[in-house]
Amino acid sequence: MLSIKNLHVSINDKPILKGLTLDINPGEVHAIMGPNGAGKSTLSHVLSGKAGYTVTEGSVSYQGKDLLELAPEIRAREGVFLAFQYPVEIPGVSNIYLLKAALNAMRKYHGLPEVDAMDFLTLVKDKVKLLQMDEKFLYRAVNEGFSGGEKKRNEILQAAVLEPKLCILDETDSGLDIDALRIVAEGVNSLRSPERSFLMITHYQRLLDYIKPDVVHVLAEGRIVKSGGPELALELEEKGYSWLEGQAA
Amino acid sequence: MAAEQSAYAYLAAYAAIAANLPGGELAWLQRFRGEGLKAFEAHGFPNPRDEEWRYTNLAVLNKTLFAPSDNQDVDADWLEAYRLENAWSAVLVNGRFSAALSRLSGLPAAVSLQSVSDALRDNPAALEARLGKAVGNDEHSLVAFNSAWFADGVVVEIAANHRLVKPLQILHVVTAENALSATRSLFVIGTGAEAEIIETYIGSAAGYFSAAVNECFLEANACLTLYKMQAEADKACHFGGTYVKQARDSRLLHHNFAFGALLARTDIHSDLDLASECRVNGLYLGANRQHIDNHTRINHLKPHGISREFYKGVLDDRARGVFQGRVIVVEDAQQTDSEMNNRNLLLSADAEVDTKPQLEIYADDVKCSHGVTVGQLEEKSVFYLQSRGVDEDAARNILTFAFANEMVDKVENAELKSLLLEQLLARFPAMSL
Repeated sequence: MLSIKNLHVSINDKPILKGLTLDINPGEVHAIMGPNGAGKSTLSHVLSGKAGYTVTEGSVSYQGKDLLELAPEIRAREGVFLAFQYPVEIPGVSNIYLLKAALNAMRKYHGLPEVDAMDFLTLVKDKVKLLQMDEKFLYRAVNEGFSGGEKKRNEILQAAVLEPKLCILDETDSGLDIDALRIVAEGVNSLRSPERSFLMITHYQRLLDYIKPDVVHVLAEGRIVKSGGPELALELEEKGYSWLEGQAA
Repeated sequence: MAAEQSAYAYLAAYAAIAANLPGGELAWLQRFRGEGLKAFEAHGFPNPRDEEWRYTNLAVLNKTLFAPSDNQDVDADWLEAYRLENAWSAVLVNGRFSAALSRLSGLPAAVSLQSVSDALRDNPAALEARLGKAVGNDEHSLVAFNSAWFADGVVVEIAANHRLVKPLQILHVVTAENALSATRSLFVIGTGAEAEIIETYIGSAAGYFSAAVNECFLEANACLTLYKMQAEADKACHFGGTYVKQARDSRLLHHNFAFGALLARTDIHSDLDLASECRVNGLYLGANRQHIDNHTRINHLKPHGISREFYKGVLDDRARGVFQGRVIVVEDAQQTDSEMNNRNLLLSADAEVDTKPQLEIYADDVKCSHGVTVGQLEEKSVFYLQSRGVDEDAARNILTFAFANEMVDKVENAELKSLLLEQLLARFPAMSL
């Protein structure tokens, strides 16, 4: 599904990722943990096509395509979804408008007709229930005045409607209380399928109690320094990251 | 000087025009018009040397002598597209009231609506008591010009404690080439009364000059929602001044949508008595070489007043927008609560906006704030939409539309709202995704 090889990325000539290699197969859930400044968010931004990052070396192949060659919207239409760490507020654009515009952009790209208005409403309302959101949220401006937890739930709602193949969760658990985390995790778990992969970037092992990963990676100093099963997360929780630093070389 | 030459052409034509103006036999009105004429003669049209006209040049009025027209022909289908169904409507064609085109049947007895010419015939004393009381000829020379030249207008009076069940639409329609449509209207909202008035400015002629002055009187505890939709023809010049006297506890809600005209200026001025409230919202859209000037002045004269001002501008191509927002809080107006906000979105490198918030505060126990922004679309928002599969151009259009639509969204009248949306999308077709 996703194959990252020896990826080097700089921001304003400052190297952030320094040879990151990662393979994700269909249906797998990978967690990436790591200390602040390790390059976790840079990885999610580069994969989604945000401007301002220079890839100096390496490659990213997604379903056999060179992901880095694709415009951000094409990546999205090809099934890459980023749940933002800091979802953007868009005054004046309602949630439901965005969902419909996004869904129709994808359908058009795949040669499908625009979604029927009634079908769309039924679909969206189902997903809203799944995320335990109030239907009123659909008619509010995207993320405007939402609490931290509401914003994160809204990101998962978008994923649920758009049904991506690769879902990147960038610190989706940060700032959530246990109840909100449980709801978000249930939403994510309901999206798990043999065809859909997840890349979860997180600071906290707690998330992994709710969403069981297949593989846990430690990202430090711009590369993956250790990979293992879910038990690695517990070890990290206990020992911190310092014992792994320096292993990158 | 060009301005004086132009004023001279207008002045030279005045005697013949004055003979056809209503109320010519009324001595007080002759005096009133004479004072306007004199002030206009002394100054000509306002020019950028006047502080309140710094960014707006009316030289275009020099090039053509705009003159009153008796023409009352209107393309009915075109007019109907702008008429609100669920409203009473008064239609002014080329600056003169048209009873035939107006729809006023069923107006309650508590509401009186007359053309200015009828009012001058039937009840001139009422006009004498109000005319020039909300704005003086010394305001600026376009007001003075209007005092001398106005050919008609409407006089609306809502009796005390009456709540108007439907809005009242006033359609200013210009159909004659190079016409001057000069109107003076009075709105008197009685004590405890409530009304919604919608001004609509449109034109089917290519070029003309529309100059409308409204004087509004809100009696104690009255409430007026006043909408202005300026959708003049592309080459038109538009001046619309609304000057309000708010008695204690009164509430004014004004929405100003400036879409059309080559050169447009709107004044919204209000004087606030004790504990009165004034909320003014505005949206100006400029494209091509449009010049759109909005001038607001909120004058807190007594304690406990509230004012909120929120204006947004979207400027494309070589368009220029001007926002001047003046808030005055006199020494006596303690406990005033005032906020002003002006946000501008520039879509082209050649577009320009001049924004000038002015707070003049002479009281010491007040809460006043203002904020101004001029900028482009936020890249993080563009990227957010792209990351959801929307292409970049569409993302920019959605965000621009959303920026403007925030003001349209504040309109509660659904029929008017859809008319405004139609205008918005007609001017920025790329947004109609």
